[in-house]
Amino acid sequence: MTNNQLTDKGQLRHFLTIEGLKKPLLTEIMDRAEQFSGISTRHVKKVPLLRGKTIVNLFFENSTRTRTTFELAAKRLSADVMNLNISTSATSKGESLLDTLHNLESMHTDMFVVRHNQSGAAEFIAQHVAPHVSVINAGDGCHAHPTQAMLDMFTIRRHKGHFPDLRVAIIGDILHSRVARSQIQALSILGVGEIRVIGPKTLLPSDCETLGLHVYHDLESGLRDVDVVITLRLQLERMQGALLPSSREYFDCFGLTEEKLSFAKPDAIVMHPGPINRGVEIASAVADGPQSVILEQVTHGIAVRMAVMSMALGAQSELHEI
Amino acid sequence: MKLRIANGRIINPASQLDSHHDIFISDGKIVAIADELAGFDADKTIDASGQIVCPGLIDLCARLREPGQEHTATIDSETRAAVKGGITSLCIPPDTAPVIDTPAVVELIEDRAKKAGRAMVYTIGALTQNLQGDLLSEMLALKKAGCIGISNGTRPIKNTLILRRAMEYAATLDLTIFINASDPWLQAQGCIHEGTVSTRLGLGGIPEAAETIAIARDLLLIEKTGVSAHFHNISTGKAVDMIRDAQKKGLPVTADVSPHHLHLSEHDIGNYDSLSHVLPPLRSTRDRDQLQQGLRDGVISAISSNHQPLDNDAKLGPFAETMPGISGLETMLPLTMKLVDDEELTLMQAIASLTCQPADILGIDAGRLKVGGIADLCIFDPNSHYECNPKEFISAGKNSPFTGWLFQNQVSHTIFNGKIVFSQE
Repeated sequence: MTNNQLTDKGQLRHFLTIEGLKKPLLTEIMDRAEQFSGISTRHVKKVPLLRGKTIVNLFFENSTRTRTTFELAAKRLSADVMNLNISTSATSKGESLLDTLHNLESMHTDMFVVRHNQSGAAEFIAQHVAPHVSVINAGDGCHAHPTQAMLDMFTIRRHKGHFPDLRVAIIGDILHSRVARSQIQALSILGVGEIRVIGPKTLLPSDCETLGLHVYHDLESGLRDVDVVITLRLQLERMQGALLPSSREYFDCFGLTEEKLSFAKPDAIVMHPGPINRGVEIASAVADGPQSVILEQVTHGIAVRMAVMSMALGAQSELHEI
Repeated sequence: MKLRIANGRIINPASQLDSHHDIFISDGKIVAIADELAGFDADKTIDASGQIVCPGLIDLCARLREPGQEHTATIDSETRAAVKGGITSLCIPPDTAPVIDTPAVVELIEDRAKKAGRAMVYTIGALTQNLQGDLLSEMLALKKAGCIGISNGTRPIKNTLILRRAMEYAATLDLTIFINASDPWLQAQGCIHEGTVSTRLGLGGIPEAAETIAIARDLLLIEKTGVSAHFHNISTGKAVDMIRDAQKKGLPVTADVSPHHLHLSEHDIGNYDSLSHVLPPLRSTRDRDQLQQGLRDGVISAISSNHQPLDNDAKLGPFAETMPGISGLETMLPLTMKLVDDEELTLMQAIASLTCQPADILGIDAGRLKVGGIADLCIFDPNSHYECNPKEFISAGKNSPFTGWLFQNQVSHTIFNGKIVFSQE
């Protein structure tokens, strides 16, 4: 399998998926994010690393948090940012996707941050951009959301430190989740002790075990002795197509309440990629409770995205100036 | 025109013939298979030394895009591609536009094919009107117009009562029904095989059961109605087992497989390679091996190209939004012969699955070399070596996942009705 997101020297050129990346690179992203995270609390929240670079946020799917944090990250690196929200209904054909792309390319952009509802869209765009353009995947279909996974790893590392000692449980719709796919890959590369997935069979891939995952169908056993609990957003359209009977029944079985959380280790952290459905996958008391690091994840998102963008645009040499 | 094919190695699976003789052709017919024919004054002699001479190949399923999508491909362009691949007879499924559900469409296709004059084009008529799955087509009229069988194309009939009646009616007329087995609901959400690759890429999966449930249902109705049935393009090992059992029970059931399912698996999709996007999807390596086994056992008796030419735009986009299909006419023979080189099939088995066996499925007097028979032949060179380059395809569809594959067995001549319709020179 070809992986075109790295240069010949093994440096990040695009950031499309966690799959195929090596541990030192993931560690480098987190180390760099650590350096950047100081900037956000400074009086002047800017470094000139990407001054003169043009970054286009190309969003074919709605997003508030991801787009905003990408925008902030780019601005804190002093890049010029353009936001384009293109409804998928207008351009669902490949040729118009390519047309859009080539039009934007001819405006001398340096980077596309792409979100699209089709798996593989970021890969497709990366295959067709000019050689000097970098592509960052901000979520493609059910495939990957690598910057989300990295900000989650960053958050876990800050709270828990050494990955091999950890037990991580991911609850919910693994089957359709690009976040879960990227998290599982990142956790595996970082050598985490155990990855569990918890959910009904309709929302789990059929071959979970072959991926080295431990599968549970109830929270009580699945959360036992876990250090990190990640709940996933339940897309409400999953009630269509007979994947689930109702959000109420889902909450009864898989909703993270204080009582269910008590099965995990007392110091377990609770994470969620957002936006949260209170009372569907997570109770308000847990989302707002002492173990929740959900808002921290959002903050970390900016630093991690700064790290990835600066690495992909080859700003390594200037980094020591921060 | 009198034609002599000299010094070739003749492979004729219908009579298990494997020997060196000359073939003498006159007025479109084979007049002798011998070392010499007294008084035969050839207008042209093809020196086939070192080459294999076999019956013209028969392809059970090729979409030529005409009528309806002439901007993509035409009967003219695709029969040109067919004869480059050694194919002299091919069948088109009914999902043209308009659908092959009236004699007028059959006549139109036959006219165009006759005008092209390179290969025999057979039509498979629609089982239901406009392939809608609710009203029976006028099967007798279609049969009289020349349809060689009937099918609902890739639109499975959901309503089992209608399917039962369609089968009963087809059985009454002694028409073979051609089936692309898929459960519409299990197939709907997916674009690749449900397995490790679909999980990795986050693409919707089509489970094996999408094929096997449909085959199970259809086999029960075939048993009940007594209709002769042929399963096109099966993709799973389990389907082979089910058809094997049905054949053991004596049901009139046959099956074909496409070369890409014999060579590729889900893993060839790599990082969203849309050229490997095809329906039914490329399955597991285990399925691929079981399909090869089915061919060796004779459960699957034909290899068909399942040719689907597409224009370049159709393959440009995120995987699930691209059109499924592989342009297969020009790779059918080399890919089949690769199985001989890999010792998966004997030479006789390989050629039989491209000639007399598909002819038997269609019930036509073709795919065999015999004195007095129509002179449709394919001559190919087992010692040739070339790299597959789809950009050089004659077919209007350059959509092939086999770029860069090393092939042998290039066709040097194709003869249709005693005429040289393709020559490498």
